[in-house]
Amino acid sequence: MTFEELRRQALIEWEEYRNNQKIRVTIGAATCGRASGALTVAEAIRQKIAELKIDALVTEVGCIGTCYAEPVVSIAKPGFPEIYYGGLTPDKAISLIEDFLIKNNPRPDIALGSLGDQVVPGIPALFDIPMLKPQVRIILRNCGFIDPENINHYIANGGYSGFNRALKMKPEEVIEEVKRSGLRGRGGAGFPTYLKWELCRKETAQEKYIICNADEGDPGAFMNRSLLEGDPHSVLEGMLIGAYAIGAKKGFIYCRAEKPLAIERLKVALKAAKEKGLIGNNILGSGFNLEIELREGAGAFVCGEETALIASIEGKRGMPTPRPPFPAQAGLWGKPTNINNVETWANVAAILQRGSEWFAQYGSEKSKGTKTFALAGKIKRTGLIEVPFGISLRQIIYEIGGGILNDKKFKAVQTGGPSGGCIPEKHLDEPVDYESLAKLGSIVGSGGMVVMDEDTCMVDVARFFMSFIQSESCGKCVPCRMGTKQMLDILNRITGGNGIPQDIDLLLSLSEGIKAGSLCGLGQTAPNPVITTLRYFRDEYEAHINLKRCPAHLCKDLINYVILPEKCQGCGICLRNCPVSAITGGKRLVHVIDQAKCIKCGTCEDVCPPRFKAVTKISGEKIELPEKPIPVTASSSQKNTADNSEK
Amino acid sequence: MDIEEKLTEIFSRFKGTKDELIPILEAVQEEFGYLPREAMLKISRRLRIPESNIYGVATFYALFRLKPSGKNIIRVCRGTACHVRGGARILQEFENRLGIKAGETTPDLEYSLETISCFGSCALAPVVVVNRQVYGRMTPAKVAEVLGAKKQ
Repeated sequence: MTFEELRRQALIEWEEYRNNQKIRVTIGAATCGRASGALTVAEAIRQKIAELKIDALVTEVGCIGTCYAEPVVSIAKPGFPEIYYGGLTPDKAISLIEDFLIKNNPRPDIALGSLGDQVVPGIPALFDIPMLKPQVRIILRNCGFIDPENINHYIANGGYSGFNRALKMKPEEVIEEVKRSGLRGRGGAGFPTYLKWELCRKETAQEKYIICNADEGDPGAFMNRSLLEGDPHSVLEGMLIGAYAIGAKKGFIYCRAEKPLAIERLKVALKAAKEKGLIGNNILGSGFNLEIELREGAGAFVCGEETALIASIEGKRGMPTPRPPFPAQAGLWGKPTNINNVETWANVAAILQRGSEWFAQYGSEKSKGTKTFALAGKIKRTGLIEVPFGISLRQIIYEIGGGILNDKKFKAVQTGGPSGGCIPEKHLDEPVDYESLAKLGSIVGSGGMVVMDEDTCMVDVARFFMSFIQSESCGKCVPCRMGTKQMLDILNRITGGNGIPQDIDLLLSLSEGIKAGSLCGLGQTAPNPVITTLRYFRDEYEAHINLKRCPAHLCKDLINYVILPEKCQGCGICLRNCPVSAITGGKRLVHVIDQAKCIKCGTCEDVCPPRFKAVTKISGEKIELPEKPIPVTASSSQKNTADNSEK
Repeated sequence: MDIEEKLTEIFSRFKGTKDELIPILEAVQEEFGYLPREAMLKISRRLRIPESNIYGVATFYALFRLKPSGKNIIRVCRGTACHVRGGARILQEFENRLGIKAGETTPDLEYSLETISCFGSCALAPVVVVNRQVYGRMTPAKVAEVLGAKKQ
């Protein structure tokens, strides 16, 4: 079948899906949505629709990225624009169905936004809401809008037209087009994509391979998972274009087994592409052949490194090998191999579909296009976002993310996962691109962005990353295997209250050694979180070491939980909930925590009624406390009466 | 069906090339819940890979388990977002309630408690995965709920 025929069929199906006079409901059922109960909401909606005998089409789609508002549901009803709703529960969903579908009330009170020309009073346009407005959606253009398991939806929205265009060009012209776009690798290092391709293209070997690196393993990153769940075909199309340009006949997708839904969606997509003749032999009658095989990674962070990933596909322990030779010369089974990240492949599809000039209009001078980020941590609106390079961190955190959770004070934003660094307030106006973030000691990385507030201890963050890297180090080279262990020991010593003044210099010199001496990117970047926290938050290290004090009141060994005598009302809730019976007290007596018994689990602080707030954490300071339970004081009793009368 | 028959069935899904070792191990673990020694020996013969290499691969990847797991596998995410949003407290709460440490299984083989480096649902941190069910926005108080839901 020719591409034109495929497209005609797809358009017919898409038109029927979009423009029929039937009611259409979509449910964001990617992993995040499911974790928030999207499937129970979907079930409730299906039941209600059946019960009310409404003729409606219910589709599960990917995620529009507003994870904070999950589960997200959209309803398109003739006479109304398509309206998106957030934060649904089964009950809310049922009442929404009744109100909107029966009583024609589109419920602006729970609506996120609407799509389409019509306006419903009280409901903003979806792409005008603060989280979506500053975004430019190239990679995520289809996510949440098409059925990811329906290849026709993708084709009808321009899908595979980039590949079809590439087939009519010479492979060198395809590489030239990618070069003109300015696309750089989205996996972390930002290496120009065309250059990688060109090197591989020049190799004369008969057999060549392409690989899609979907081993997204950075803690705090979920961009690739979301893309694969929401629009898997865009990645396959990119791979087809790359394979054609390079001259590869076989491709692999290496995806983490921890992302079961992404794997499921990829399997469905591969099968559909094969059935349509887009993968296999003599694709679209061009004489070009490509097979793509899916491999599930078995959970090793180091396999994100390309030579380790290759070893893993070969069925070995995923340990890196020295470069050169680079995979472009001798990769999988010794053959020239080109590896790109999921997002890079998806960008390739977009570039060939819409042209390099169009793509290059977005972004900054040296970093073209957009980047997806997984916005998480202590931020109001968490989610998956896509922004043009050059946007400032402040815009991302405050405009898109809505600022810090509970209006606490911002402390740092961590980008680039364990290979990246923590950026403080004073650099928030720097543009986000490969060069600027590198200058700050961090990296763009694959796109994890974790926001930290005043309650986050930066020494603990450094320790967290070091413990991650230390356990994920494959153990092949000494600087990484032993060096990270030494660094972790020192950081444990500091957060444990046993730090010594020399520790900071020791950390810095170990960092130098590990960076210079490690075999692969994992080790070479492992000290980054420590280096950047030392650069921007040295005072916190010094407080831990010299004053035995954790300024964020987080490091367990440096804090104590105490009950403030002037606030305690003797209600006994903490006493009953303490798992180790460390609290003594009685009715109307100020309760006291036995510090020798306390395991610092924090339960007492959680359960103390918010109107008392009598439990607090102290670190490195002295507070006058009764040794035994004493009667609740007069002043606090009065306050208590006042509290009661308020109720 | 005994172990031999099950293995024959699994092998029939593969070509039998050396690079299929990891997918085969994954299929075996999917079937048995762990990698039985006998199965690893059989794979060694089938793929003509030394037993030591099979053991090397099986112990390299975090996913593989050499001991039977509990009926329910609880995986607590230890990713960055979960960490800054209190993931350690959630793990501690599971450890306290189940009386086991991460990496262990309860003596009645009901629960295995594991940590995972990042599940990738960071926007809903902290996250816990019980079998295939994902629980987002966890609190220590919700731990009891999660365990309660599984008990029935």
